[in-house]
Amino acid sequence: MTEALECQLLVIGGGSTGAGVAWDAALRGFQVILADRGDLATGTAGRFHGLLHSGGRYVVRDPAGARECARENVILRRVASAAIEDTGGLFVTTPLDDLDYADRFLAACPAAEVPVEEISPAEALRREPRLTPAVRRAFAVRDGSIDSWKLIWSCARGAEQLGARILPYHPVTAILRDGDRVTGARLHDLRSGDELDVRAECVINAAGAWSGRVAQMAGCEVAVRPGKGVMVAINHRLANCVVNRCHMTGDGDIVVPSHSVSVIGTTDTPVEDPDDIEATAEEVASMMAAGDVLLPGFSRSRALRVWSGARPLLPKTAAAVGDDREVSRSHAVIRHAQRDALGGLISIAGGKLTTFRLMAKDTVDAACAELGVEKSCTTAETPLPGSTGSNYYRLPDHQADFEKGRADNPMICECELVSQADLLEAARVHPKGQIDDLRRVLRVGMGPCQGGFCAFRIAGLLHGHGAYDRTEANATLRAFVQERWKGQRRVLWGQQLRQARLDTWIFQGVLDIEHLPT
Amino acid sequence: MPREVDGMSLLMETEGMGVRPSLDGCIKCTICESACPYAAVTERFPGPKTVGPQEERFRHGPLSADWSVDYCSGCGICSRVCPQDVRIAEINSRARAQLKEQRGIPLRDQLLARPDVMGRLGRPIRPLFNWAMGTPLVRFPVERVIGIHRKAAVPTVAPRTFQQWARRHPRRPAQDRVVYFHGCSTNYFEPRLGRMVVAVLEHQGLAVEIPQQGCCGLPLQSNGNFPAARTYATRLARQLRSAPSEVPVIASSTSCALMLKREAREILGVEDPALVDVSQRTYDIFEYLRDLHEQGRLKTDFVPVELTVAYHAPCQQQNQLIGKPALDVLALVPGLKLVELDRDCCGVGGTYGIKREKYEISMAVGAGLFSDIKHTAPDLVLCDSETCRWHIAKATGFPVIHPLELLHRAYGGH
Ligand SMILES: Cc1cc2nc3c(=O)[nH]c(=O)nc-3n(C[C@H](O)[C@H](O)[C@H](O)COP(=O)(O)OP(=O)(O)OC[C@H]3O[C@@H](n4cnc5c(N)ncnc54)[C@H](O)[C@@H]3O)c2cc1C
Ligand code: SF4
Ligand code: SF4
Ligand code: SF4
Repeated sequence: MTEALECQLLVIGGGSTGAGVAWDAALRGFQVILADRGDLATGTAGRFHGLLHSGGRYVVRDPAGARECARENVILRRVASAAIEDTGGLFVTTPLDDLDYADRFLAACPAAEVPVEEISPAEALRREPRLTPAVRRAFAVRDGSIDSWKLIWSCARGAEQLGARILPYHPVTAILRDGDRVTGARLHDLRSGDELDVRAECVINAAGAWSGRVAQMAGCEVAVRPGKGVMVAINHRLANCVVNRCHMTGDGDIVVPSHSVSVIGTTDTPVEDPDDIEATAEEVASMMAAGDVLLPGFSRSRALRVWSGARPLLPKTAAAVGDDREVSRSHAVIRHAQRDALGGLISIAGGKLTTFRLMAKDTVDAACAELGVEKSCTTAETPLPGSTGSNYYRLPDHQADFEKGRADNPMICECELVSQADLLEAARVHPKGQIDDLRRVLRVGMGPCQGGFCAFRIAGLLHGHGAYDRTEANATLRAFVQERWKGQRRVLWGQQLRQARLDTWIFQGVLDIEHLPT
Repeated sequence: MPREVDGMSLLMETEGMGVRPSLDGCIKCTICESACPYAAVTERFPGPKTVGPQEERFRHGPLSADWSVDYCSGCGICSRVCPQDVRIAEINSRARAQLKEQRGIPLRDQLLARPDVMGRLGRPIRPLFNWAMGTPLVRFPVERVIGIHRKAAVPTVAPRTFQQWARRHPRRPAQDRVVYFHGCSTNYFEPRLGRMVVAVLEHQGLAVEIPQQGCCGLPLQSNGNFPAARTYATRLARQLRSAPSEVPVIASSTSCALMLKREAREILGVEDPALVDVSQRTYDIFEYLRDLHEQGRLKTDFVPVELTVAYHAPCQQQNQLIGKPALDVLALVPGLKLVELDRDCCGVGGTYGIKREKYEISMAVGAGLFSDIKHTAPDLVLCDSETCRWHIAKATGFPVIHPLELLHRAYGGH
């Protein structure tokens, strides 16, 4: 059965870019539909490192990019504070790093508008006692930790409140054309199996590393090249601020505190297929070893999980093709009307999560030009739902919330302190949510036991509350356990191996999960 | 505010051996939760796995917010049973100290944290103090104002301190020397016990040195004042070094012995050389006597003691990981019928159980032990820890003494 919907802007891709475009466009009064092939934030934006860039990482090699980050950093702290932890960051010169680079780094910051303060090695060690005692120079910057799930969902919810429709689990299977105009797209509703045509005045291709494929459906080219980056999460925070090596660039040279874990990253390897990015054992080993340079003992800490993301890299030439409007060096908005003589289609490619708002602004500006309307962007002044401009989240806040309701609220996920009430509320807001979808809202199953103790509770509880029937409960439980297993496979040594054994006994021994009735 | 890691402790952390990194070992097996006697009786305490390795991941210096960790008594049972060597009780202890630092330590806890000060202040007004503490009319306002439960056992102050006695006690010259670490409770509340310890040790032919000594800092530590606790522990270690370095230090208070042996280093992170030295040669009195016996040097000229006694090994003693040496030694006494009370905790947890909001919890924890005692109906109950003795005596009405007192009697003393 084919249904039909209409809107002004159809946004393909529910990562940070697509959600940012939906929010920006909805604020400007457009009717928006946002579709993703999976849940929101399951592409690169949900598999990234978690850094709100201060700009420090780019000051020497890309001052323009650094300036963009620095400005967006200030804006996001204002409008997206609820998704940010104000951790601060350090750049440190270790014995392996060139001392001259530190001078160049410091000299380049002012021009890039990156606030920086040199502090003594002793002060750096006071702030972060586990930092290598061999630190030679240290610089404090305004790095932060940013939760992309919170960010993306608040963009989507904000857009929804302004009338937008959000369609997760709706992959685009075809771009609809009428001569030299794109008129919409055909979506496949994965949950019902139905086809759905969406007619739109303008289609925005915000499919990140997949945007080349979406463009292809319209017969055009967008030359993004996926670049694989690997990250490893460590069981508890080894540092409470972001720590970077002060050097040109390298693998595993930054550790970001993200909620209760420390995350090290990353690498950059060109890949053909953005869906084929599994981390190798060598990559994991190199991350663990690199961690020791910044935080001695890192490699002996318990690694929980490995994941990788596909960077939507934009070769320098791509932006220069045809009439592209080169907005910045790191991202590009492509009006296919100008480049390919195909109206009604705009692609946005490249960029970073930190600059998502700017990318969205540039994209919606282009859409306005395409549709011949003048509406100006207000995302720099309008706080996202839930953000007040100063309510940064802090690690123990969650603990404080939990503490309040502790007595009469059973704990469901022990590692991430998620209560039964939290779970039922999230299930109400995400009615068809799989356990993995709830994970991105609640962080269930993200801690040391990787779902070993919460997954079966969630399946059972939600089945009891009628959210899942028997078949659904068993299927989502199996899928979740499988998904968690995938992330752990590469770190099965020491404590995590012991954990995995215990989890296996629970799921295979006690629950016989592979033979649950369907 | 950064966490406290420095010097040696930093090395321990990076080697994965420190208190906080030990949380990495937790596989959620829940063994500790099943063993914690406090979580079993109160909803206010979520249990060792939760407040230990789980909540620790969410703590961030002064921002930490899980007040319920204050309901951990520090009994250490969880750390002992954890198959993964997670230092749960130690994690909790540090977290409590951090919370107290944020919130300020209530007057009551400051008082309880300084038995030496209480003893010193109480002595000049001893009759008044002892009368007041035994009088419900006074205990009600004390509970209201200070927060010490009106029914909680509090000790009575002795007329003369143990130190005053020791200064006049003639030193017996002998080749083998020991240093006696008596602790505050013996000094102010139970000097009798100290005199018996000296008598028993001298009976073995030992020269007993009793240096001037202060508090070990344990009550400060368990009430969350780490900086002061470190100062006390270090000062005490220096005082106990009055004798040359091979001389054993003998303690009759189990909790104080544990403090010197392990906790000052493992929880407070004290790395003072004096403390490191003393911690390695500190012995529980019965541990030392058992060693003597194993070397064939313990005097066994016992008179029969025709009594039924029930023995409770306090948790601080079990945390020394030395078994139950009092049982081993008392088994040598003819006529004695020894009943081992196989319970983990009496519920008092040092000063925990005398606090207004925790008294009921403490009584519930001890309920099993108390009913065992009533069923056994012994002539005497034995227990190595002073606070436990007071608590058990008050809760059961049975006389409770240090096992050393019984040994003293078996040697013919009165
Ligand atoms: C390893 C790594 C670490 C990074 N770390 C940081 C960092 O710390 N800080 C920072 O600022 N940036 C970081 N980045 C960059 C940043 O994550 C990305 O640039 C940004 O998240 C991209 O967001 P996006 O919305 O453009 O793409 P995506 O998040 O990939 O969104 C594209 C969406 O399109 C959907 N899609 C694809 N095909 C279809 C289809 N046919 N139909 C419907 N939907 C479709 C996908 O499911 C996906 O959700 C990192 C990148 C990588 C790879
Ligand atoms: S006993 Fe040890 S491993 Fe088991 S749950 Fe408790 S802390 Fe974790
Ligand atoms: S120290 Fe004792 S009271 Fe505290 S958690 Fe461990 S077992 Fe429970
Ligand atoms: S623990 Fe011992 S030395 Fe320490 S305070 Fe007690 S009685 Fe004093």
